[in-house]
Amino acid sequence: MTGPLGATLRMAWAKPVGRAGLLLLGALALVAVFGPMALPDPAVQGDLLTESLRPPGDGHLLGTDQLSRDVLARVASGLRLSLLLGVLAALLAVTLGTLVGLVAGTWGGAIDAVLMRIVDALLAIPRLFVLLLALAVWDRVPLPALVLLLGLTGWYGTSRLVRGEARRLHREEFVRAAEALGSGRWRIAFRHLLPNVAGPVLVAATLGIGDVMLLEAGLSFLGLGVRPPTPSLGGMIQESRSVFATAPWTSIFPGLAIVLAVLAVNLVGDALREALDPRSA
Amino acid sequence: MRWLAVRVGQALLTALLALALLFFVMRLVPGDPLASLDDERMMSPEQVEALRARYGLDQPPARQFALFVRGALRGDLGTSYQYGRPVGQLVRERLPATLLLGGSALLVTFTVGLWLGVVQARARGRTADHALTVASLAAHAMPAFWLGLMLALLLGVKLRWLPVAGMSDPALIDAATGARVVDWARHLVLPVVTLALVSVAAAMRYQRTAMIEALAQPYVQAARARGLTERVVVWRHAWRNALFPVLTLFGLWLPIIVVGSVFVEQVFAWPGIGSLAAGAASARDYPLLMATSVLATFAVVLGGLVTDLAHMVLDPRLRRA
Repeated sequence: MTGPLGATLRMAWAKPVGRAGLLLLGALALVAVFGPMALPDPAVQGDLLTESLRPPGDGHLLGTDQLSRDVLARVASGLRLSLLLGVLAALLAVTLGTLVGLVAGTWGGAIDAVLMRIVDALLAIPRLFVLLLALAVWDRVPLPALVLLLGLTGWYGTSRLVRGEARRLHREEFVRAAEALGSGRWRIAFRHLLPNVAGPVLVAATLGIGDVMLLEAGLSFLGLGVRPPTPSLGGMIQESRSVFATAPWTSIFPGLAIVLAVLAVNLVGDALREALDPRSA
Repeated sequence: MRWLAVRVGQALLTALLALALLFFVMRLVPGDPLASLDDERMMSPEQVEALRARYGLDQPPARQFALFVRGALRGDLGTSYQYGRPVGQLVRERLPATLLLGGSALLVTFTVGLWLGVVQARARGRTADHALTVASLAAHAMPAFWLGLMLALLLGVKLRWLPVAGMSDPALIDAATGARVVDWARHLVLPVVTLALVSVAAAMRYQRTAMIEALAQPYVQAARARGLTERVVVWRHAWRNALFPVLTLFGLWLPIIVVGSVFVEQVFAWPGIGSLAAGAASARDYPLLMATSVLATFAVVLGGLVTDLAHMVLDPRLRRA
């Protein structure tokens, strides 16, 4: 593979940690993409008397839930949704964060001071609470709105990071030279500073996916994210809370799927960070 | 003393801006917090209008914000839809349980987390180091609510070692003080372990890095050359200097613990502010949810302030910035 994505993947692959992460992520992505095609419809209920709460075994690899739906099929669908939301929201978040950081770092002065004060204030409100407040007005939040909200609440850290890098680079000779040659601020921001902050941004984006997946699981667990009957990993654990002691497979497997997926993403992120900044290892 | 005034002023500005943002979120979301009452509770439009007046929702935005800030500072942000009682009262009742849980989790973070970080730094590159790194990565990937349920399943339901819900056994209400303290402690174990796991992992990671750096310093070599025991070298010389950078994290742990307590208290039916917030979110109890959000925000701002001031007291160079 060529291009920036290929280069990124090769960078992660070069580290044992990154390789483990990529392999795990690949396996989970296969389950998430092809699982829902090969497995029974996650919404289909069997006979409630004979088919509900069947332990893992023949016919149902991970058992069935209290509504006699196949747990594996629901985990696969939930995983797909979780990965999709994670990637989209993290992309939105780092794009916003990079923009704000570049503007603050390149322009400096009053713009920088105002933007960074606002970021300070945003960082002071725990992300979960902002999301709870924003989501509480919806009975069922539309998925695009959920992506938007998760993205809009995830950029603050990236903006600080990018702003810091931009301020530092701004004193370097190549930026001074570009300025002397008459480059405007936008050109400096995007042609000269952006390529130099791409590395840390990439790491932030990768780790951001895991954060979003955990948040989505938590919100769905509290009944405010993805709502039933749409299968989500956090929602499944919530739905089966009344039976979790007698039929633990209904909550063990969705949780394991979250842990493995977030772990895989974080391993890749750590490998990228190590590759880009050997000091942090 | 100028540095003190500047930093406190900054914290106040941050808190005020954060309140403005919370207020903005409340106004930004489609509809208003009372819109859903129309159909859900079958209230007449006049009744909804009366409620709107009561919460000041019929006032111009600037006045509403002023009312909101005043309410937030006095702990008076309206009446809970769920309980029909002032939210300030509910929050005050639940505060001690949350402080006990959060305080215990912080204590575990500072002791176990820092100790494990030192263990890891000393075992750098060996099996123990790798094992702890993997454990910390797994901890970061684990949703607190799921971990809590799994621990409850294993240690509570299957092995019956520990209670899995609440803060005390109602049957022991008349028992001797000693027995009740033991009962509280037993109820505290699972929620604290669940809540502290992520912050222990974070503390361990930072302490490892700081400790590796400290152990490479010439004064550590000098101490070893003087023939001091390894314990004295590690704890008296290296660790003292590796502690300072890790203290910065106090500001980082507080938000982790505040957010974590929402899930952990919900799972273990712990009667604190976290379960109050979780319940408010599920029930769409807007005033109560806002009150807990404001409190969480104040806690984060205060945590950051205390961390910075502690640093400035310990290191005069930082006062200039």
